Amino acid sequence: MRYIPVEPPAFFHRGPSPLARLAFLGVVSVALLFVDTRYHYLEDVRRVAGAVLYPVQRAAQMPGEALSWLVGYFASQRSLTDDNVALRRQLVESSAVAQGLRAADQENARLRTLLDVKEHHATAVVAVEVLYTSRDPFTQKLFVDKGEDAGIRPGEATIDADGVVGQVTRVFPRMAEVTLVTDKDHAVPVKIQRSGVRSVLYGAGAGRAPELRFMAPSADIQVGDVLVTSGLDGTYPPGLAVARVATLERETGQMFARITCAPLAGVDRSRYLLVLGQAAAAPPRPEEAAEPDVAKKVGKAKRRGAGNP
Amino acid sequence: MALSNIAQLSTARPEEILRPVRPWFIVVTLALALVANLLPLSGVALALRPDFVALVLLYWCIQEPRYVGVGIAWGVGLVMDVGDATLFGQHALAYAFLAYAAEYFRRRVLRFPLWQQAAQVAVLLGLGAGLVLLVRFIGGASVPRWTYAVPPLVGALLWPAVTLALQWPQRPQRSKAEL
Repeated sequence: MRYIPVEPPAFFHRGPSPLARLAFLGVVSVALLFVDTRYHYLEDVRRVAGAVLYPVQRAAQMPGEALSWLVGYFASQRSLTDDNVALRRQLVESSAVAQGLRAADQENARLRTLLDVKEHHATAVVAVEVLYTSRDPFTQKLFVDKGEDAGIRPGEATIDADGVVGQVTRVFPRMAEVTLVTDKDHAVPVKIQRSGVRSVLYGAGAGRAPELRFMAPSADIQVGDVLVTSGLDGTYPPGLAVARVATLERETGQMFARITCAPLAGVDRSRYLLVLGQAAAAPPRPEEAAEPDVAKKVGKAKRRGAGNP
Repeated sequence: MALSNIAQLSTARPEEILRPVRPWFIVVTLALALVANLLPLSGVALALRPDFVALVLLYWCIQEPRYVGVGIAWGVGLVMDVGDATLFGQHALAYAFLAYAAEYFRRRVLRFPLWQQAAQVAVLLGLGAGLVLLVRFIGGASVPRWTYAVPPLVGALLWPAVTLALQWPQRPQRSKAEL
C-alpha cells in the first residue's frame, strides 16, 4: 500500500484553528478575570502596563486640552470680569466663614487640651484636576492628574468644595483613580448631622441614588437631613458633608426603611478636587479575635472528650 | 443619483482587485483606534462613543484574516483592559470572540453591500457588548444605564465610513488614460 500524505502542504499551515485559539484564549481570559476579581494579584502588572500606556493616554488628551486652551484664550473680557467679581464675592464670604472656623478651631483645641483628648492631626492636602471619567460603564470612577509623584496613596479621601466625592483606589505613577461615592462597591460610614444617628451610605451604581440600608423605620431621619462622615472607618476624616436625604419610605410591613440620598458634592461635575492625606494611623484593633478561637478549641476538645472518654 | 450610489456602496466591486495591504498600515490603524478609545470624553459624547478598536479589529478580521485573527484581537483587548482600567481579560475575551465570529461570518458578510454589512456588524458588536455585560454581571457589577446599548449601534452606523477609509489605500488607482 502506498503512503498517501495526509498533512496539507506547508503553504496552508496556519497554526491551530480559530476555534481552538478562541477556546484557549477564552479560558485564559476567564482565568485572568477570576484572578483579578477575586485575588487582585494583577495590580502590579496593571501598574507597569499603565505606566507604559501613559504616553498614549496623554496623546489622547491633547486634542481636548488644545481645544479648551483655545476656548480659554478667546474667552470674552466680559465673562472674565463677571467671573472675577463672583469669585471675589465668594472669597470674602468664605473667608468670613473661615475666620469663624479658625476661632472655633482654637477654642476646640483649648477644650481638647483641657479634656486631654488626642489632637486631630492636620492632614496634607493635594489639589488635583479631573483628567477624565472612567470609560467603564459598570463603575463610577474618575482619573485625576496626580499620583505617586504628588504622594497620593490608595485609600485617601477626595472632596470638592461641597463635600465628599470619593476615595482614591488605585495610584499610578502620574495618575490616580478615584472611586466615587455613587459606585456600587463603595460605602461611606456616615452620621446624620442633626440627630447623630450613625449609618453607612452605600453607592448604587450609575444613575441610581446612594442608599442608607438597614435603618429601622423608627430611626430619627427626615428628608433633607445632611449626612456627614462619621470617621469611624479611619479612611474618611470625620465631619465632611456627603449627601442629603432625598426620599424616605417607611412601610410598616418592612423590616427596614428605604432611604435614598443625593450626593452633595458635584460627583459627576466637579473639575477640581482635593485629595486629603491620610490622618494619623488609626490605633491597632484590640486583639479579640483570639478569644472566640480559643473558645472553639475548647468546645472541640470538650466534644472530642465526650466522644471517646 | 447620490442615493443609488450609496445603495451600491460595497467593499469591492467585482471588477476591482484590491492591492495587498501593508502590515504597518494595520498596526497604525489599530494604534489610532486605541487612541480614539482613550479620548477623555464624558457625558453624551462618552455615551455615544463607539468602540473604535472593536470596529477596526472587526474590519481587519473580515478583510485580512491572514494578518489579524483571534490571537491579535486578544492581545489588543488586554491593552484595552489596561487603558480602561477594567477587569483584566474582559475586553480580551470580547475581542477574541469578535475575531472568531468575524472569521466565521466573513465570506457571508462580504457578499452584501455596505449598509447591509452594517446591520450584521451591529449584531456582532452587540454580541460582544453582551458578552462583556455577562462577564461583569458574574463579577457582581451593577446594571449599566440603557445607554449601554447605544455604542454598538453607533459603531454599526460608522461601519461604511470605516470600511471606505481603511480600504482607500488599497483601491486600485487608475490613470485617466486607462479609463
